[in-house]
Amino acid sequence: MMFELARGHLLQPAGLGEDDLERILARLCGPGVDLGEAYFQRRVRESWMLEDGSVRGGSWDVDQGVGLRAVAGTGTGFAYADSLHLPALMQAASSARAIARSGQSGRVQAGQAVQAKHRYAADDPTATGQASDRVELLRTVDAYTRSLDARVTQVTVNLSASFEAILVTASDGVLAGDVRPLVRLDIRVLMEDGTRREQGFAGGGGRFELAELMQPETWQEMAREAVRQGAVNLTAEDAPAGHMTVVLGPGWPGVLLHEAIGHGLEGDFNRKGISAFSNRIGEQVASTGCTIVDDGTLERRRGSLSIDDEGTPASCTTLIENGRLVGYMQDKLNARLMGVAPTGNGRRESFAHLPMPRMTNTYMLPGQHDPAEIIASVADGIYAVNFNGGQVDITSGKFVFAASEAYRIKNGKLGAAIKGATLIGNGPDVLTRVGMVGNDLKLDSGVGVCGKEGQSVPVGVGQPTLRVDGLTVGGTA
Amino acid sequence: MSDFLDRPEREIEQLQQLAQRVLDRARQGGADQAEVSVSSSLAREAAVRLGEVDVLEEARDRGIRVTVFRSQCSGSASTGDLRPEIVDECVDRALAIARHTQADPSSGLADVSLMADQAVDLELWHPVDLEMSDLLARARAIEDAGRQADDRISNSEGASVSTEAAVSVYANSHGFFGSSRGTSYSQSCVLIAADEAGMQRDYDWDSRRRFTDLAEPALTGAGAASRTVRRLGARRVPTGKVPVLFTPEVARGLIGHLVGAVSGSSLYRRASFLLDAVGQQVLPEWVSLVERPRLIGGASSGWYDGDGVATRESALVADGQLLRYVLSNYSARRLGLQTTANAGGVRNLAVLGGGLDFDQLLAEMGTGLVVTEVMGQGVNLVTGDYSRGAAGFWVENGKLAWPAEEITIAGHLRDMLQGVVAAGTDIDTRRNIQTGSLLIEQMMVAGQS
Repeated sequence: MMFELARGHLLQPAGLGEDDLERILARLCGPGVDLGEAYFQRRVRESWMLEDGSVRGGSWDVDQGVGLRAVAGTGTGFAYADSLHLPALMQAASSARAIARSGQSGRVQAGQAVQAKHRYAADDPTATGQASDRVELLRTVDAYTRSLDARVTQVTVNLSASFEAILVTASDGVLAGDVRPLVRLDIRVLMEDGTRREQGFAGGGGRFELAELMQPETWQEMAREAVRQGAVNLTAEDAPAGHMTVVLGPGWPGVLLHEAIGHGLEGDFNRKGISAFSNRIGEQVASTGCTIVDDGTLERRRGSLSIDDEGTPASCTTLIENGRLVGYMQDKLNARLMGVAPTGNGRRESFAHLPMPRMTNTYMLPGQHDPAEIIASVADGIYAVNFNGGQVDITSGKFVFAASEAYRIKNGKLGAAIKGATLIGNGPDVLTRVGMVGNDLKLDSGVGVCGKEGQSVPVGVGQPTLRVDGLTVGGTA
Repeated sequence: MSDFLDRPEREIEQLQQLAQRVLDRARQGGADQAEVSVSSSLAREAAVRLGEVDVLEEARDRGIRVTVFRSQCSGSASTGDLRPEIVDECVDRALAIARHTQADPSSGLADVSLMADQAVDLELWHPVDLEMSDLLARARAIEDAGRQADDRISNSEGASVSTEAAVSVYANSHGFFGSSRGTSYSQSCVLIAADEAGMQRDYDWDSRRRFTDLAEPALTGAGAASRTVRRLGARRVPTGKVPVLFTPEVARGLIGHLVGAVSGSSLYRRASFLLDAVGQQVLPEWVSLVERPRLIGGASSGWYDGDGVATRESALVADGQLLRYVLSNYSARRLGLQTTANAGGVRNLAVLGGGLDFDQLLAEMGTGLVVTEVMGQGVNLVTGDYSRGAAGFWVENGKLAWPAEEITIAGHLRDMLQGVVAAGTDIDTRRNIQTGSLLIEQMMVAGQS
């Protein structure tokens, strides 16, 4: 059904039929070409912004085009067209096949529609509901947020919805389509107390309709969370500096896994032998209590996919099982070169970007310990519950993530709030220092954006409460 | 391909016609005012890895953004599909949005008297029609030079060479039509070195408006090799307060935080640690920052800003004192001030006052940390709190002693800026903020306990 819908959005308006797809593939598959592929995409995005008590901006953005690639060995020829019309596509296909050598042309297999389970509804959130209701929601959120605490002096609310249709056809016989909704609400507050000013933030969303975010219980909880965080930060003291025990809260702190482990296990870096995890399959890289998966199959999550951008059905890939490294995330190119199967992790920002192995929803399975017991076990350290995101050098393995809400732990008890500080560690050994794993697995609220080689894609993370026995904390005290 | 390079005025003419179509439709649709930006570019990139072709890419990008104003309500729309019917739909969508947004007294075009009235040729357009094979050969030469430069280079992430030619038009309902064109040539190389302790990666790059100004391929390759091998054996430093020297690529970020904190959108949201700072000492007395938006051939030169307002040379900081904010027309109105022609950011902002070369800076520092790379997003412009991951070199007796990694540097931006004790003559002019190395008196460095 998804394929039919995608075809209706992409091929029919341009007057393209399946014989045209075959012609494009035939043009792409020059001599020596292992894979020719055409990726059709159309994405509509609608967004609204409230600031200073009024809805000051709104935007509607549409992009469509076709990315054409020809893969020969480890090399890729790539071109794209911002029109869906056949002459432009044939011309782009000629540019992409410049990678081809002279000789016999490559073989094109007849396409057969890929069957995959749908992980989200096919409704277009940008075409559902009234603009006036969106504007009204933003004003209601603003009034409610301000009513929560007199120290709130600024409220910024952003609401966005996007709807993407993709269709991919390739010379290996893949013919697949998907339609992907994505919605998001963000609430940011500035709070002032005397001379101190601090921010609080909460947000969330996923692959569903705007109506769900517009439920009062949903946005009211976000508003309370943003104000709670701002209030905590108003009392925060300088963070300590040095190497110490760090307890990470459940949910969004799973950004640790994304940076420390996830990127290093993407197939391209390992095929090239440039990851700190290269050639380490089978080795113990984490404590035995750690099992980590990348799971694109979760229903309606921000990082979920029915099929990836190469038409491979999404899957749940175990990366680390009881501390042992068991798998990498793969797209087609790197899977073929490493002699393994693709894992449904071939993703691209848009038709104008090449696909590569990317994460979907990456999380650690729960362990045995009660979170309170984990905090009580720490004599001197910090408890970090919210983060701003992170970064990793996949070759040296060094990664950072910046805490935005954290507390001191002294003698097993939570103490004062401390200011945001960057934590830095070494990916291949940080998880060997996981001393306790909580029983409270939580996934994030749906705000993750992952950047790699200039391409952004939506992702999810999650984890239970974790105790890491030794991370460097970048405070000032 | 070469049509675009040979006759950019034809492409600009087409973009102008499209812009006029947008303005006409917006007016007919009931807009009091409207503005439109249209761009078109042609890019080619060749990347090699371990001597083999990695990616050959040809990119033809176009885009349009429309903003309409009606009774001080605004709406905006964009598309990368420049077919007239899609552009018309964008205008209609923007108008529809403006029916729902609320009146904003600060919205609307900048005053007509502020529009740039004289087009200036800033000599940014230097087309060369290079074949993919030319780019490929150059990328190979870069990578080969890098891999041969040192035995410890064990692997490569590849080298790439790219060219871009771009034209753009900004027009608004005052009748202002501005156009610009520019070329850009870039090359980079990323290498891996290994020893018994593990792998390290680093890179070198160059980017110029003229192809002939690009660094010799061998220089970029060898630069990547030396930057990579010198990281081998990196370790953590002791935790404590020490002087920190930011190399130009990191120093640029620090000045960028200052610019961010005195930018209009941070100020009207009260989301800055430098509220009401005009007239205050934000840097030491011997430092000045001057913006030269009309620099001939400059990395970010332009004769009009994103509002169509004429740009002009202007000091941002003189003798350490903040003279003005960085304002667009909108943020200026929100603050009750005049625009500083900074819609779209600062252009060619130069840090003046440095007098020491890099070795002299090291000698001046004595013992401390050189930071060549920062990681992560630990910069809070609201409070000025700064805490980031870092890599670089430990310095003893004024000389580089050993490479450092897995450490953090932390402080407060106000103290860091005022604590700049020396600036280098090693100024990097390849980006919009142009600075040499900056020596900061003291920061908290965390590594070993």
